[in-house]
Amino acid sequence: MSQAILPHAGGDTYATPSARTAGRSGIGWRVLVERREAAILVVAIALFVYFTVASANFLTVADLQNLSQFVGPVAVIGAGEVMLLVCAEVDLSAGTVFVFMPFVVYYANQDLGLPMLASIVVAVVVAGVVGALNGIITTSLNVPSFITTLGMLFALDGIMLVTSNAAQLTMPTVGTLSNVFGGYGWSEIIWSVVLVAIMYVVLNRTRFGMHTVAAGGNLVGASEAGVPVNRVKIWCFVICSALSGLIGIVDATRITVLDPGNPGTQEMFYAIAAAVIGGTALTGGSGTVIGAFVGAVVLGVLFVGLTIVGISANAFVLILGAAILGAMIANVQLARFAEKRKLPS
Amino acid sequence: MTTTDLHAARHDRSVAGEEILRTEGITKHFGPVVALRGVDMHLRRGEVLGLVGDNGAGKTTFVKILCGYQRPDAGKMFVEGQEVHFRSVSDSRAVGIETVYQDLALVPQLPVYKNLFLKREIVAGGRLGFLSDNKMRRLARQYLGDIKVNVPSVDAPVERLSGGQRQAIAVARATRSDVKILLLDEPLSAMGAKESALIIDLVRDLSKNRGVSIIVIDHNYAHIFELCDRVNVIHQGVVSFDKPVGDTSLEELTSYMVSEYRQEIMSGRAARQDG
Repeated sequence: MSQAILPHAGGDTYATPSARTAGRSGIGWRVLVERREAAILVVAIALFVYFTVASANFLTVADLQNLSQFVGPVAVIGAGEVMLLVCAEVDLSAGTVFVFMPFVVYYANQDLGLPMLASIVVAVVVAGVVGALNGIITTSLNVPSFITTLGMLFALDGIMLVTSNAAQLTMPTVGTLSNVFGGYGWSEIIWSVVLVAIMYVVLNRTRFGMHTVAAGGNLVGASEAGVPVNRVKIWCFVICSALSGLIGIVDATRITVLDPGNPGTQEMFYAIAAAVIGGTALTGGSGTVIGAFVGAVVLGVLFVGLTIVGISANAFVLILGAAILGAMIANVQLARFAEKRKLPS
Repeated sequence: MTTTDLHAARHDRSVAGEEILRTEGITKHFGPVVALRGVDMHLRRGEVLGLVGDNGAGKTTFVKILCGYQRPDAGKMFVEGQEVHFRSVSDSRAVGIETVYQDLALVPQLPVYKNLFLKREIVAGGRLGFLSDNKMRRLARQYLGDIKVNVPSVDAPVERLSGGQRQAIAVARATRSDVKILLLDEPLSAMGAKESALIIDLVRDLSKNRGVSIIVIDHNYAHIFELCDRVNVIHQGVVSFDKPVGDTSLEELTSYMVSEYRQEIMSGRAARQDG
């Protein structure tokens, strides 16, 4: 794991030349300053070590599985939020998409009689359409995405409550397919690692990812250069929503109970917290999907670790708050520090 | 030669190239505000045309129309004799018009080489669009070397560069491809003498050696006389002055601008008295 702190290991395209050419003594410090993921990775490892030492039980397989099941959804929704934060938007309805799409699977499978796989595809497409609506309303009608997706959050919650009559449902399962989609204990983390890896490639290695950074870094400039900024943003909304819906289906298949009483706001806030703790700025133009994953691991280690060492789950919320504030302050200060130390050109 | 060409040639003795760009009666309103009232302008191959005018005279609006960023309310545009209708920046690029905006349209967080290739990325994998980073890095280094632009590294984020380096990156991006007409919006603003010299050399090289036709917008008349073959004044949304720089002087241009400005104030007073 510590490999990733070395400057060459990540191959991050935003790594600056100074990080590569720095003298030996300066490398560790510079990397901490210039690679946002590195600092939070240190925190994640420190927490992991602390809980391993503090509790003999922390490294049991069951704990790791619990941890993985917390990290999975937060990391995937977080990856979607990173895409939006990078292009200077946000999706508050992602958590609601996460909890509602399993209902759509249920309706398609049980009420319309579609096969399970088709039902899952339908639900992911519906999630994508929700994202497209968020994006079109935001870009074409000039509504800030904070408001667009806040409205979508309540609207989806309402649709979920009305269509389910506010009654719990049981997620239908069919053998192997359902094992792939969440039935197998580790499937959620496998999904999340794969999806986060794909999003890493999309953001850092593709033209679309570059245009996403451009749209968030200089909206007017990017459009003057011919980047179709609105289309890029709409696709980011679609991606965030579809990812949330997909991992929501995986999560619901594992839990089996569909609870319309949960509006999904907690999942959404955890995901945005993971993105921010991981080093993604809210101002647009920079962000890291890997950072969001590590941020999700930090939250997960805190959540599971505090439970095991016997601290009330309520204290977790307090620590989460402190962690977000601490991460934001560190983020802003590190950026300022890096700015002061920039190379004379 | 057509009659329009003869007409144009009467105004312009300094450049012999054929006409590459012509506009007729370009108008543009923003709500009740009239930005352009009918701009007639022409540009010859390899010519550097200076466009001056007060703030709000419509220079930037005109450039944004030429590059397809905005659409005119009325009027015609011809590139190499063919009438064109631009619906987007891509349309104007397709016929060889490139623009360097006053704000440079660079993305501060992206490295130099990605800015150079913004919207012109070299990709593999078809529609998936995987960036060929190493190829773009190599070509960026090569091209910046060719036009003698020095940056610390093509991997440096643009936010770490000086104003002159940013301007040079923006000009380099516009001229890397097969450009016929280059639009420069205040290319020398906020630049030191050494950096100005770099841009001036770059502009001269492009027009004289590569036959690029260039329109330069600038507030600073000294820059215009240094860079341009011919100067047009846009005043109250029309071209009101058109002379080769050899046939006019800094003094004439300045006194012309002042008299136009006086007239405007007088007519403004008259209008208020009428009202």
